[in-house]
Amino acid sequence: MSIHNKTIAQLSQGLKAGDFSSVELTQHYLDRINTSDLNAFITVTDELAMKQAQAADDKIAKGAGNILTGIPYAHKDIFCTNGVKTSAGSKMLDNFISPYDATVSHKLNQADLVMLGKANMDEFAMGSSNENSYFGDVKNPWNENKIPGGSSGGSAAAVAGRLAPFATGTDTGGSIRQPASLCGITGLKPTYGRVSRYGMIAYASSLDQAGPMTQTAHDAALVLNVMAGFDEKDSTSTERDVEDYTASLNDSIKGLTIGLPKEFFSEGLDDEVASQVMAAVKEFESMGATVKEVSLPNSAYAIPTYYIVAPCECSSNLSRLDGVRYGYRCDDPKDLEDLYLRSRSEGFGEEVKRRIMIGAYALSAGYYDAYYLKAQKTRHLISEDFKKAFKDVDVIMGPVSPTTAFDLGSVKDPVSMYLADIYTLSANLAGLPGMSIPAGFSQNLPVGLQLIGNYWSESKLLNIAHQFQQQTDWHTQTPEEKG
Amino acid sequence: MSLSEEQVGQIAYLARLSLSSDELQSNTKDLNSILSLAEQLAQIDTDNITPMAHPLHMTQRLRKDKVTEEDQSESFQEIAPQTGKRHYLVPTVIE
Repeated sequence: MSIHNKTIAQLSQGLKAGDFSSVELTQHYLDRINTSDLNAFITVTDELAMKQAQAADDKIAKGAGNILTGIPYAHKDIFCTNGVKTSAGSKMLDNFISPYDATVSHKLNQADLVMLGKANMDEFAMGSSNENSYFGDVKNPWNENKIPGGSSGGSAAAVAGRLAPFATGTDTGGSIRQPASLCGITGLKPTYGRVSRYGMIAYASSLDQAGPMTQTAHDAALVLNVMAGFDEKDSTSTERDVEDYTASLNDSIKGLTIGLPKEFFSEGLDDEVASQVMAAVKEFESMGATVKEVSLPNSAYAIPTYYIVAPCECSSNLSRLDGVRYGYRCDDPKDLEDLYLRSRSEGFGEEVKRRIMIGAYALSAGYYDAYYLKAQKTRHLISEDFKKAFKDVDVIMGPVSPTTAFDLGSVKDPVSMYLADIYTLSANLAGLPGMSIPAGFSQNLPVGLQLIGNYWSESKLLNIAHQFQQQTDWHTQTPEEKG
Repeated sequence: MSLSEEQVGQIAYLARLSLSSDELQSNTKDLNSILSLAEQLAQIDTDNITPMAHPLHMTQRLRKDKVTEEDQSESFQEIAPQTGKRHYLVPTVIE
């Protein structure tokens, strides 16, 4: 097996056994990145990576370190990294060298991980195809004419293309799960408040949540062990102990009750995606799970709800980018207003401007009740639907995305693009944890299965996903390498 | 209800964005189609439903009122477009 097809768990054993060093491993991935044309990275931090790899090797030689010591990874360019450009995929922050580390960056450093670079993404995490990056489209490793999904498209492409053993991602409306699904990898969005948002450039603060993107559920558990935890620097972080997410991976899932929301299998879902998802559910039945139909009647309103709530929060969050303290400033501003107007207009891309304007409008006097307040009420109804469903079932399953990866450049109008988020938005609106795991292929493109769990059920989700991955080999399949 | 180009121009200005006439035209179309999507919300009965402010209905955590941040103004200002005497500089506002 090529070294880059190994999981974190396997690489960790190899490092401890001295089969290879972290320096060798890191160089191997850097070489792959340098010859890749996926455009998965905005910045490659080769010098820093080699330094971190050397430090990790020194630790391992002394018998110190932990299970992740010396493992390389791709870091989504939304996490601030001290001394390294942090662009959020935007021209606005093309010159932003972060003066501090996000809590997630700090934790990954403390765990002796090796950062290969900063992964490409949709600008400020707004997008479902990674076509909104100032630094260019990312290509899907399974078919380079296809989108990788978004907004964590660079992260997903890096893991699927074996340019990194794992990547970090963030998920506001599906941005971990959807690209994971379209690229055929494992992605986990934890419960809101589980991973600190400090230093993670905010898009919609009440929805944003970071998580791991990996080959396997076992690897996701190893990475979440490091990422998760209370952080007093994030006022929405929850004071709750971190479990060992690997502890229950091997538990039996006999007797598990799976809920299938009928609304997730209606109009708009591609037939082949539906049949792959149902085949995966059948697999679970053969493993001793039972299946029950549930209803999430308000989930149909997830799209309008999300596309009001998120733009409102983004218009507020992005108001700080004004060309004064950091980031892009226009040339020769003639006065302060010109400075604001031109810096923002030249610095932001189309989709970001669109969402800022939607938010500014929906929050403005006279419209606040009809849009923002109404959406926050609907959001409550959506979360109540889940509460009811979880009285009867342990986990909800369904598709992640209505189709497999579509052609680059093929979806042009924003509303059609938003409709692709139909199955992922509800979990963010309710704050619930969700996963995407590889569940098959349709015309040589990966299909993901979505798992949505109750609050704080990350261990359970990882257990269910791991058990599935013991019975199936979808997660071990890799795109063909170019000669 | 739909927004006119003039209204979209006003919204853009409130958000400190300036749009070219082409952008104004395309954004008016896009904003109107997004808002008509949002109109679906009007179909839902939300009487007596409280708006959801936090997914876990948490209240804001308080902390002791003491200084926890050290002064990092120098490193923060290093990346600013223009500074002087520890201030951020912008074009003259008052003559």
